[in-house]
Amino acid sequence: MAVSAGTTNHETFIRKTTIHKTFKEQEGDSHAMTGALHGYEAIIGLEVHIQVRTSTKLFCGCPNRFGGEPNTRVCPVCMGYPGVLPVLNREAVRKTLGAGLMCDCTINTYSKFDRKNYFYPDMPKNYQISQYDLPFCRGGTMPVSGVGLSGGEMQSKGIGITRIHLEEDVAKSTHFGSYSGIDFNRAGIPLMEIVSEPDMRTPDEAYAYLTGLKQIMQYAEISDCDMEKGQLRCDVNVSVRPVDQTAFGEKIEIKNLNSFRAVHRALEYEIDRQISDLREGASLRQETRRWDDALGMTAVMRVKESAHDYRYFPEPDLMPLEIGTDWRNEIQDSLPERPGVRRDRFVAHYRITPYDADVLTQDKLLADYFERAVAKGATPKTVANWMQTELLRELSDSAQGIAESPVAPEALAELVALIEDKTISGKIAKDVFHIMFATGKAPSVIVEEKGLKQVSDDAEIGVFVDRALAENPAVVEDYRTGNKKSLQFLMGQVMKFSRGKANPQSANRLLKERLEASEG
Amino acid sequence: MGKGPDTSHIDVRYVADLARLELSDDEIKRYEEQLGDVLHYVDQLGEVDVSGVDPTAHAMPLTNVMRDDRESPGIQRDDVLSNAPASLEGGLIRVPAVIDGEEGA
Repeated sequence: MAVSAGTTNHETFIRKTTIHKTFKEQEGDSHAMTGALHGYEAIIGLEVHIQVRTSTKLFCGCPNRFGGEPNTRVCPVCMGYPGVLPVLNREAVRKTLGAGLMCDCTINTYSKFDRKNYFYPDMPKNYQISQYDLPFCRGGTMPVSGVGLSGGEMQSKGIGITRIHLEEDVAKSTHFGSYSGIDFNRAGIPLMEIVSEPDMRTPDEAYAYLTGLKQIMQYAEISDCDMEKGQLRCDVNVSVRPVDQTAFGEKIEIKNLNSFRAVHRALEYEIDRQISDLREGASLRQETRRWDDALGMTAVMRVKESAHDYRYFPEPDLMPLEIGTDWRNEIQDSLPERPGVRRDRFVAHYRITPYDADVLTQDKLLADYFERAVAKGATPKTVANWMQTELLRELSDSAQGIAESPVAPEALAELVALIEDKTISGKIAKDVFHIMFATGKAPSVIVEEKGLKQVSDDAEIGVFVDRALAENPAVVEDYRTGNKKSLQFLMGQVMKFSRGKANPQSANRLLKERLEASEG
Repeated sequence: MGKGPDTSHIDVRYVADLARLELSDDEIKRYEEQLGDVLHYVDQLGEVDVSGVDPTAHAMPLTNVMRDDRESPGIQRDDVLSNAPASLEGGLIRVPAVIDGEEGA
């Protein structure tokens, strides 16, 4: 089943007005959010659709790219003209199997496609080619742990993945009130449907599950998961029940969730609403509700009618698939290390903190960058610090991604080496990094050009120390009468005279030596 | 798969509803007989002994028919729109209003 994504202004307008009306009609529905569970727990399941990044559509050679003038990326196959036959895109299958392996799924050795029959103009054939009883992948897990979006610590657990199947995306519909417009450019783009078990209990867990899923897809280059481009769409099912009850409560489906944060907010709202209703003695019914991000609430879209009958049957135009061990192993070998595994390895192997490891493995390119710098011999902890402070700040200030960084990991490693062998001070290094980022020059070249080399020679530093003492007799007197804090002022003077180049340890030692020598 | 037809009876009203067809009582009666005949005919397959045959999803003994992920030319939009009953400025195909939120069935 495909969810709609992307709305025109017009469509948004219609939706807003509809919701507004629905809201007015049921003012009894509104209530203050409390967040209290009152002995209830929430049961959350997610259905996520992710477009597979390929060059072409699932069953024809039309380009798989976002946008384009309406109905310009189409052919007789994706337009469902009579007499045409679909031919399966191997790359789409390979990536779907890869997604399954990244999520610890079992790969079905025998799989097939089925026709899902329905009447809606977003599929010109009046059916969607999907998978029914033999999806490519089943029974996977997505681990969640750490600090949740709301700031609370989550219990480490694995969220079950029921299945991952592959289907064709549907066309984009735009509604104009009395009629609708259809753009078939999206029709036929390979789309994975990832169904979770109802294993999540909190909005934080749902958010972490989605984040983990997206991270894995990006790591393995299966999808870019850009929600604004409709590459990742999410439907939520949520019900509540008293904690001592085993039967599930009435399931509510929430649609129109356009960001992970919206999922989190909608769940917070909906769990609260359902518990309040039950506590007030109202009964809940199975229904579909729409999240309104601006109003921060859900409203009834439709009450669950009789179950859909899609009359699934095996797709006669496509041959079944046998996924042998050879192909599965080949795909397995091509997959990157999973983010969670990499994070744990960073902690164990490089001795950086779990927090640092978590930040660095959020994005595969960031983690790659770290390892390339460390491979050049730089201290892992120092590299991790520099990346999280200076590098990420400069990148964010210049609105660039890590891939475009003007400072290569090898250059950062060189800078760290210059700090560690005391060629430059940590303070000067920040200025050097700034210049590196702006010019792309090597740190050693900048240090040379600007004469920033740290002075560690006692005789040279001694000149600055003597001057600081000579020019500040009152401060020196102050120090001798017991105000040891005055040393900081004198240190500042030394650094100023040396234009920041004096080795701070040496300067500190020399100052103390002289102050105490003349004392005695 | 829901309440599908059993081998002895077909619910024509239900099938017609799924196909968005409006049928008269006479038509329903006629199609009930005709489709019943078809089902009885197909039922003969139940008499074949398949105890030694592996189940398959397709009659052809072929698997893994796939193509490389390479672009091929499509068709011009003018041709696409000329095959559609109506279109809108901007190149969208115009269809009767569909219920908002029913996308993707």
